[in-house]
Amino acid sequence: MSHANAVAGAAPNAARRAKSIGAQVNTLPMLAPAVGLLLVFSLVPLAATVYFSLLRYNLLNPAIHGFAGFRNYYYLFKDPALYHSLFISVVMVGEVLIVTIGIAAVLASLFQKQFFGRSIARVLVISPFFVMPTVSALIWKNLFMHPVNGLIAWITRSLGLGVIDFFADWPVTAVVFIVSWQWMPFAFLILLTALQSLDEETREAADLDGAGPISIFFNIEVPHMGRAIAVVTMMETIFLLGVFAEIYVTTSGGPGDSTTNLTFLIYERALLAFNVGGASAAGVIAIILANILATFMVRIVGKELDV
Amino acid sequence: MNQRAQYHPVAGTFAWIAAVLMFFPIFWMFLASFKTEIGAIATPPEIVFAPTLENYSTILERADYPSFALNSVIISVGATALALVLAVPAAYAMAFYPSKRTKSTLLWMLSTKMLPAVGVLVPIYLFAQSLDLLDTRTALVILNMLMNLPIVVWMLFTFFKEMPKAIIEATRIDGASQWQTVVLVLLPLVLPGIASTALLNIILCWNEAFWSLNLTAHNAAPLTAFIASFSAPQGLFWAKLSAASTLAIAPIVVFGWFSQRQLVSGLTFGAVK
Repeated sequence: MSHANAVAGAAPNAARRAKSIGAQVNTLPMLAPAVGLLLVFSLVPLAATVYFSLLRYNLLNPAIHGFAGFRNYYYLFKDPALYHSLFISVVMVGEVLIVTIGIAAVLASLFQKQFFGRSIARVLVISPFFVMPTVSALIWKNLFMHPVNGLIAWITRSLGLGVIDFFADWPVTAVVFIVSWQWMPFAFLILLTALQSLDEETREAADLDGAGPISIFFNIEVPHMGRAIAVVTMMETIFLLGVFAEIYVTTSGGPGDSTTNLTFLIYERALLAFNVGGASAAGVIAIILANILATFMVRIVGKELDV
Repeated sequence: MNQRAQYHPVAGTFAWIAAVLMFFPIFWMFLASFKTEIGAIATPPEIVFAPTLENYSTILERADYPSFALNSVIISVGATALALVLAVPAAYAMAFYPSKRTKSTLLWMLSTKMLPAVGVLVPIYLFAQSLDLLDTRTALVILNMLMNLPIVVWMLFTFFKEMPKAIIEATRIDGASQWQTVVLVLLPLVLPGIASTALLNIILCWNEAFWSLNLTAHNAAPLTAFIASFSAPQGLFWAKLSAASTLAIAPIVVFGWFSQRQLVSGLTFGAVK
């Protein structure tokens, strides 16, 4: 098998090991099902999206059909809704990133210290991550952010501050708040993992030199978490560009189009307006954006991976 | 070393405040699930009240609730089992018989995970429609399996990689066949790794909402879609929403507590250790 030969050429040690385990092992049958399925299911829909984006194709009106060339893209790029949805996506992702990573960094710093009931407290902090998105969105929308019966309205009213109707007046902020609650634990767990590898002597030395906890946080801990912060930023961005369920059950993209991000726009074009061509063109844009981010992520992971 | 054992009451206080604030919405929902509908929307909010199980019995008696729950179980367990069947051999091959292409294969798998679901919404929807798979569990099992296959392969690869190769070699020298080596020696060693991979995957599938909301109507709708039906504006059924939500998240949140570690390695693809 060419596998074994390739290894033999590259590193004699590895080859000897491979031989003693069983050099004749043909890995293809073990790899092919997983790789093949992934390949088919990533390439075929991708190609189909690109193909549909070049068609005049509306499920509601079969009379309209045929090749459209780049006309779907032309209309899409002329459509202010695209730029608005991209803007909303960027604002949501940006705000959630700042909130989640900011809070998570501080919490990670607190949680790597020893204190009473630490493991229970950690379980409480990460729990929101395991709550399904439709539940967290509806619980926040109703039990907390409802302008009449919600808990927050009751608190602000009791304090004489009046009532905020979150989903009417601050819809983006409200969605960002809910999504941040779900994703902060993710950032927290990763940053905590990174911080636990900080060697204790560095911190002790800083402590002896009279550095306060704030100084230690900014000058030692934050730089140490640098790479982990980059990883969280990329993973969260990729997941957050796809935020859908939270918008679907709370605002449906509204009021107006104020919470319509790119994902929700494509959903509206595809499954509400049945505009297959237009939705596919927007889908291609979403794929390109995600790919740019994925390239950076793959590079970071690739550096860490030794096979 | 003594620095590490030292307790930090100030940091601990702030950490506990944060923990209570983060968990409070879940606790409040849990509490509301035992209130009457009137009590759940009362202001000032009820803190001391006579708990009722009425909401739970209403939800459980709804003819369709068990079917939503069953769909969730079948989809997440089915997708996980399928993913394991495909991923175990692939991860085994890459961990024990790495070739020049192994690294690029792994990185390519990672990059497929980053494909945005919405980018392929139109073709997947149309394929499902033409194959008569809309609103079927089959479609969701397949999609969930494919979506998480890269994570499963990666996690298993990481576990297999840590296995001592010397043991495998010794077994082979002792005359065991490839198959015996895998089943008798390797499998017991990697079982904990497979179990935690499965656990994380079940959590991810259980909470998957994008495809569930877009490809199901009623027959195959899992709990994520069932809960979404409470967003309809008619009436405020907060107590029932809370009871249904509590039932939907309870098992998974508990699973989640056990998979904290795997979450980090699984969702960062080993980039943070």
